[in-house]
Amino acid sequence: MNCRLFGPTLAGAFLIIAPAAHAIEFNQFQAGKSALSFVSKQMNVPVEGQFKSFRSKIAFDPAKPAAARAELEIDLASIDAGSKDANDEVAGKAWFNTKEFPVAKFVATSVKPLGGNRFELAGKMTIKGRTQDLTTPVTLRQEGNSATFEGSLVLKRADYALGEGMWADFGTVANEVQVKFRLVATAATAAAAAKK
Amino acid sequence: MSSLPTTTPNSGTRFTGVAIGLHWLIAIAIIGTFSVGLYMHELPLSPQKLRIYSWHKWAGVTIFMFVALRLVWRLLHRPPELPAGMPVWQRKAAEATHVLLYLLMFAVPLSGWLMSSAKGFQTVWFGVLPLPDLLDKNKELGDLLQEVHELLNFGMAALVIAHLGAALKHHFIDRDDVLARMLPFLARTTGDIK
Repeated sequence: MNCRLFGPTLAGAFLIIAPAAHAIEFNQFQAGKSALSFVSKQMNVPVEGQFKSFRSKIAFDPAKPAAARAELEIDLASIDAGSKDANDEVAGKAWFNTKEFPVAKFVATSVKPLGGNRFELAGKMTIKGRTQDLTTPVTLRQEGNSATFEGSLVLKRADYALGEGMWADFGTVANEVQVKFRLVATAATAAAAAKK
Repeated sequence: MSSLPTTTPNSGTRFTGVAIGLHWLIAIAIIGTFSVGLYMHELPLSPQKLRIYSWHKWAGVTIFMFVALRLVWRLLHRPPELPAGMPVWQRKAAEATHVLLYLLMFAVPLSGWLMSSAKGFQTVWFGVLPLPDLLDKNKELGDLLQEVHELLNFGMAALVIAHLGAALKHHFIDRDDVLARMLPFLARTTGDIK
């Protein structure tokens, strides 16, 4: 059992609902295999970007999705918004204001099975000090010891005060930003657990 | 081309109305788009800059299409003869300038489009018609194509100045009808218009 990933409170809660020993739980986040990208629309032209640095705490047992836990922390300064100009701009106060708000955080509040390998993930997203409820479908792809959680959702930048002042108008940069995520977690093996 | 039907005989003293219209329309569009290009690239990032870039790109695509139309028209309609007394080197210089200008009128927007693709910004004509990205995003290639776009533009500007200088020299020093071929109201001789 890997409790290192959780804060004390969560860890306590988790231990109580921990599944039987034979159940598989994916809880080793694999940063190198995960990706977080987005597509914004500038003058109706899609422009791709991504975050290069983010951490996730995942604990997911496919047999007990309701007991799943997920958190995601994104280092906003690691953004690649398409060009150097854009990277400098979005770090500034009108956008992410990374000096004051360096990290965006998502904390899952519920996971509902939608049938098959699909789930509905709900949680709270905090960017730039603003917290919003967020719901997204997630597709699980399980390959042996590894689980890939993929999904895409639309964030509205105005909900998080991203693009203030001269950028507030949606005519140039659209309000809707398509976010795509791929999070990979492996199940802790007996050998890995023994090292702890 | 001489076997193709022509609306203007070789002995005519002016270009066809279509050729004149396309020449001046494209001239104004190129000067405007070139000036906007010079102005916009140093702007700090702002919604205004994104708008200007889009309009610049849309203008470039539009010019490219008009230039294609113009080339087809040019190949189907022989231009009027140059003045009989013009020295051979001047005829050759004029011919070379015109060929290069046609090449650059295609190459400049093309280099802009490729640069845009390499920099990861697709060109969507008037925000409606997406042009395919012929190149994948590649920062080094994008920077290189930016240099190419700039060089081609300054080359074109130099040629336009030479072209303009030659036209004015013909009109005011040689006092012939070379400029009037493209601006019929300046014609010194009468009776052969239309």
